[in-house]
Amino acid sequence: MMAMKIHIPTPLRAYTDKQETVTVSGASVDGALKALVAAHPALQQHLYSADGKLRSFVNVYLNDEDVRYLPAKEETATSENDELTIIPSIAGGCCRLSDGCCR
Amino acid sequence: MQLCWDICSNGSIRAFAHTPQTHRAEENNLPSLAPDHKDMMIATEELKQTLPPLTNEEIARYSRHLILPEVGLEGQQKLKAAKVLCVGTGGLGAPLALYLTAAGVGTIGLVDFDVVDESNLQRQIIHSQSTVGQLKVDSAEIMLKGLNKNVNVVKHNTMLTSANALDIFKDYDVIADGTDNFQTRYLVNDACVLTGKPNAYGSIFRFEGQASVFATEEGPCYRCLYPEPPPPGLVPSCAEGGVLGILPGLVGVIQATEVIKLILGIGEPLIGRLLLVDALGMNFRQLKLRKNPDCPACGTHEIKELIDYDQFCGIEKPTSVGPLEVSSHGITPQGANMIDGIPQISVEEYKTRLDAGDTPFLLDVREPHEYQIVQIGGHLIPVGQIESGNAIIPVPKATEIITQCKSGGRSQRAALALKAQGFTNVKNLAGGITAWADRIDKSLPKY
Repeated sequence: MMAMKIHIPTPLRAYTDKQETVTVSGASVDGALKALVAAHPALQQHLYSADGKLRSFVNVYLNDEDVRYLPAKEETATSENDELTIIPSIAGGCCRLSDGCCR
Repeated sequence: MQLCWDICSNGSIRAFAHTPQTHRAEENNLPSLAPDHKDMMIATEELKQTLPPLTNEEIARYSRHLILPEVGLEGQQKLKAAKVLCVGTGGLGAPLALYLTAAGVGTIGLVDFDVVDESNLQRQIIHSQSTVGQLKVDSAEIMLKGLNKNVNVVKHNTMLTSANALDIFKDYDVIADGTDNFQTRYLVNDACVLTGKPNAYGSIFRFEGQASVFATEEGPCYRCLYPEPPPPGLVPSCAEGGVLGILPGLVGVIQATEVIKLILGIGEPLIGRLLLVDALGMNFRQLKLRKNPDCPACGTHEIKELIDYDQFCGIEKPTSVGPLEVSSHGITPQGANMIDGIPQISVEEYKTRLDAGDTPFLLDVREPHEYQIVQIGGHLIPVGQIESGNAIIPVPKATEIITQCKSGGRSQRAALALKAQGFTNVKNLAGGITAWADRIDKSLPKY
C-alpha cells in the first residue's frame, strides 16, 4: 500500500480538520478515496451519494488527469508520488441565493 | 463593414480555438507573414480595410501595445473592433472590465441588475464610495469612461435569464462569466454553446480560484467539467466562507488576459485546461479538461434551447433580488410564510414578541468569528455542527426554537436539520441579523 497525497479543496476542508492535504494509503484511486472517507467520515455525504457512487459534481483528478477519462476509472492503480485532487464546483462562489455575498 | 469584421473576428477566434499551439498568430491570423499565399494576402487586405482605423490620439495612447509585435497596429484595431460582454460587474467583472477598457477593447457590455453596496467595495474596484446606492451598470460606466473616453459601454441593467440571454449574447464576440451562482453559470454556458461564443470563465471561493476558457467549438464546456450542479446547501456558501478581496482581482485579470488572447489570436488560451489558483500557498496548478462526447450541451447538442436553471439547480425562484448578486439586506420578504415546512418569522414579529416579554429560544447558527462582529443575544451553535448531528441543543425537543444567521439562508438549513432531528417547533428568522440591523436596531453594524 502506497502513501499518497489527496488535495482537499477549501470548501471541503471543514470536514478534514482544516487540512489542505491528507495522506492516505491506497493502491487505487477508489482505495485512496475510501481511506480518506474512513479517516474523515464527514466527507462521506459530500463525496458519495446514498448508493455509494461518487457524486457527479465532484471531480477527482489523478495528477492532472480526470479520473472519469482514465481507462480503469476509479479502479486505476496508483503509485507513490501520485497525487489525487478533488475539484468541487464553486460558483464564485455561492450556492444559496439567500447567502450570496461575493463574486 | 462592421459586420464583415464580426465574421472575421469570430472566424479567427474559432480557427484559433481549433489548433491550440504556439505561434498560431503568425501561422493563422496574420497571414501577411506568409506572402506565398495569394488568397490570404487578399483576405488580409480586406481585413485591414474593414478594421476600424486608429486615430493619432489612439496611436499615442496604445503605443506600448503597438510596439509589441504580437499586438501591433492590426491587433490594436482588432481590440477596437471587439465586443466583449461582462456578465456581472462584481468582484470578477470589475478588474476584467477595467483592464479590457484600458487595453482598448472598443465595446464593453455590462450585465447587472444590482445597486452598489458599501460592502462591495472590499473587492469590486469598478465601483467607488461616491456611487454607493447607484445601479452597478451606471457606476461601472462612470469608472470605465473615466479610464478611457473611447470605450463604448453598453449597459444591460437586467438579470440574465433564459428569456434574454441569447438576445444579449448575439451582439458580442467573447463572453466573460463573472457571476456568482450555479444557475447563472449553467445559463451562461448553455447560451455560449448555443450562440457559438467562447466563455472566459472564472470563479472564486475564500482563497481559491478557478479559470478556464469554455465553449469553443472543439474545446470542453462548463457542463463537460460539471455535468450537474451540487444540491443547494451541500457546498458551504460564501456567507460562511467569505472571500479574500484581492482574489477576484487575481482571477478577473486572468479572465481578461484570456479575452485579450482570444481577440488577438495569440498564445495558448485556457481551452481544455482548468487553472487552479491558491492565493494562500500562491500555487497555480492546471488540470486537463476533456470535451465530453456525451455532454448534452456541446457533445450531443440535445440542449437546443435555454432551460429553467433555477429548477435545474434545485433552487427556488428568486424573489425581488435575483441571481447575479444578492443585496446585503436579505431577500426574504416581510411577513410570515412557510418555506419547506419551516415557518418564517419576520424581525418585526420577533421584536413584538420580545417587547411583550416573550423570549423564545434564539439559536444563532453563524460562525464564532461572525458572532464576534455583532450578535442579538442568540445561543451560538454553527450550522455545520447542527447539520452533523453533534450539537447539543440546550432545550427540549418540543420547545420553540427560532434559528438566526446573517441573512436567513443558513438558519433555514439549520431549522430543516433540527426538524429532521425531532425538534417539533422550529422557526426561521427571515432576513437574519442583517434584517434586524436594517429594520429594528439601526445602531448595529452590518457586515
